[in-house]
Amino acid sequence: MTDSTDPLSREIEGPSPRQMLKARALSHWGLIFGMAVVGLLLLVAIFAPLLAPHDPYAQSLMKRMVPPVFMGGTWEHPLGTDHLGRDYLSRLIYGARVSLLIGAVAALISGFIGTAMGVAAGYFGGKVDAVVTFLINVRLAMPVVLVALAVVAILGGSLTVVICVLGLLLWDRFAVVMRASTLQISRRDYVAAAQVIGASTPRIVLTEIMPNVFNNLIVIVTLEMAHAILLEAALSFLGLGVQPPIPSWGLMVSEGKNMMLFEPWLVLIPGAVLFALVLAINLMGDGLRDVTAPEGRS
Amino acid sequence: MLAFILKRLGLAVLVAFTVSFISFSLLFLSGDPAAALAGETASGEDVEALRRLYGFDRPMLVQYGDWLFSALQGDFGESYYFKLPVASLIAERLQVTMTLGVCGILFALITAVPLGVVAAIRPNSIIDRVALFLSVAGQAMPSFWFGLILIVIFAIQLGMLPPSGADSWQHFIMPTIVLGYYAMPAIMRLTRAGMLDVLNSDYIRTARAKGAGESRVLFKHALRNAIIPVVSLAAVQMGFMLGGSIVVESVFALHGAGYLAWESIARNDLPTVQALILVFSMFYIVFTFLADVLNAWLDPRMRSA
Repeated sequence: MTDSTDPLSREIEGPSPRQMLKARALSHWGLIFGMAVVGLLLLVAIFAPLLAPHDPYAQSLMKRMVPPVFMGGTWEHPLGTDHLGRDYLSRLIYGARVSLLIGAVAALISGFIGTAMGVAAGYFGGKVDAVVTFLINVRLAMPVVLVALAVVAILGGSLTVVICVLGLLLWDRFAVVMRASTLQISRRDYVAAAQVIGASTPRIVLTEIMPNVFNNLIVIVTLEMAHAILLEAALSFLGLGVQPPIPSWGLMVSEGKNMMLFEPWLVLIPGAVLFALVLAINLMGDGLRDVTAPEGRS
Repeated sequence: MLAFILKRLGLAVLVAFTVSFISFSLLFLSGDPAAALAGETASGEDVEALRRLYGFDRPMLVQYGDWLFSALQGDFGESYYFKLPVASLIAERLQVTMTLGVCGILFALITAVPLGVVAAIRPNSIIDRVALFLSVAGQAMPSFWFGLILIVIFAIQLGMLPPSGADSWQHFIMPTIVLGYYAMPAIMRLTRAGMLDVLNSDYIRTARAKGAGESRVLFKHALRNAIIPVVSLAAVQMGFMLGGSIVVESVFALHGAGYLAWESIARNDLPTVQALILVFSMFYIVFTFLADVLNAWLDPRMRSA
C-alpha cells in the first residue's frame, strides 16, 4: 500500500502493487486458512438462529448429558447435551456470537484508545511522548487478568462490562506499535511538505499519517481481537466474566469441568472450537503482516 | 551507566506509585465499598457501621495516603475474610507462586532456546516449520483448557500425575508445563531471530574462515550473543507469568497467590485484592527494571535509550 504513493511505481511495467499484494495474499496458506475459518465462524455467528437445531437456553431434565453422536448419541443432539439438558451444538453456535462480539468490540475500543495515544506520541514527540510512554509502562505493570477479574466482580458480569473492561485494558500494543510507526512516517519528506504548505495537524494526521500506518493497525486489530477472545474465555471460566445462562465457550468449559472425569467431551469440544477460532485469527493477523510488509518477513 | 540506572529506577518508582493509586481506586468503582462488602441483604445501619469501622467515610485521597503509608511499611491491613494480616497471608501463598513461576520460566527456556537455535540453523526446514507451528499454536491455546486436557490425559486416563494440590514436586509438573508453554513462543521467536541475525554477521564468517569447528561457532560465538535479548525477555515474561498464574493455579487448585487473588475477588476481600494487584505489579516492575539494567550492562548501545 505504501508503494502506491511513489509516483515512479506507476510507470514500471508489470503488475501493480495492488496486484502483487493480491498475488502474495493468495499464495499465503496461513492467511487463506485463517480467513476461511474466521469467515465460516462469522457466518455461523450471524446465522445462528437458522443453523442451531434447538433453543440454546431450552433445558430438559429428561435429556441431561446425552453423549455426542460419535460417542453413541443420536442425531437429534449431534454434540449431545449438557448437565441441564441443553443442546450442546446450539450453545456452541450461539457461543460464536459471544466470542466474536466481545473480541471485535473490545478490539475496536482498545484500538481507538491506543491509536489515539500512539499517533499523538509519535507525531508530537516531546512531553506528549513522555506521558504516553509512561502510561504504557503503567498499563503493562498492571496484571490484566487480575484487574479484569476484580473490576468485573465489582461492576457485575454483564456482556457490556466485560467488553468495556477488556477494551480499556488491551490498548497497550496499539499504542506501542502506532507510536513507532507514526514516528517513522512523520519524519518523511511528504509530512514536512504538508506542514510547510500550512496543512492543519488533524489534516496531516488523517491524510498523510493514518493511511500509511493503516496496515500495521489492521494487523494489531486482529491479534488483539484474538487476545480479547482468549481473555473473555478465561474470565468466564473463572466465573467472573459472562454469566450463565449465556452460552460463552469459556463458561461451557467451566460448566463441563466437574463432569470431566466421565464426560471429557463436555470440556474438549468448546475448548477446541475456541482454540480453532483464536488460531485462525492469529494466522490471519500474521498472514496480513507478511503480505502487507514483505520486507519485514523473517 | 549509573545515570541510566538512576533514570530507570526513578521511572520504575513513579510507575509503582501510579499503579498503587490505580489499584487502590479501582475498588472504589462500585461507588460504595461498604455496601458491596455488607452484601445485598444488609440494612442501612449495618452498612453505616461497616463504613465507620473500615474508615470508608473519609475522603478517598486520605484513605489512599493512609493505605500507602502503611503499605510502605509492609502493612496491608487485615483480610476481611481470613481475619489475618494480608502481608503474611500473601507472603505464605507467594512461595507456591514463585516456585511455579521459576519452574515455568526454566521449562520455557529449556525447551524454547534449543528449538529456536535449531530452527535458525536450518531455516524453512521441517524443524523450523514445526517450531513455528508450535509457537503459533501456543499463542492460541487457552491455558485453562490446556491444563484440563493434561489432567484428563495424565491424571485421569494414565494416572501418572496427581490432578490437583501442591503437596509434592509431582504436583508442579503439569502447572509448570501449562505456565511455561505460554512463555515459549516469544522466547523461541526471539532466539531464532537473534541466531539468524548473528549467523549472518561478519565475525561468524571470520570464525568459520579461520577454521573453527561448527559447534564452536554455534555455541561459543553465535549463541552467546543471540541469547542476550532472550535473557531480558525471560525476565519480562516472568513478570507476566506471575500475573497469569491466577488461571493456572485455579485449574490445578494450587493454593498460591493467584488462587488467593481469585478467592479474595470472589469474596469481596478488598484489602487482599488491593495488596495482590500491587504485589503482582511490583514483580513486573522489578523484573523489567532488572531486564533493562541487564541489557544496558551487556550492550552499551542500549544505555542511551
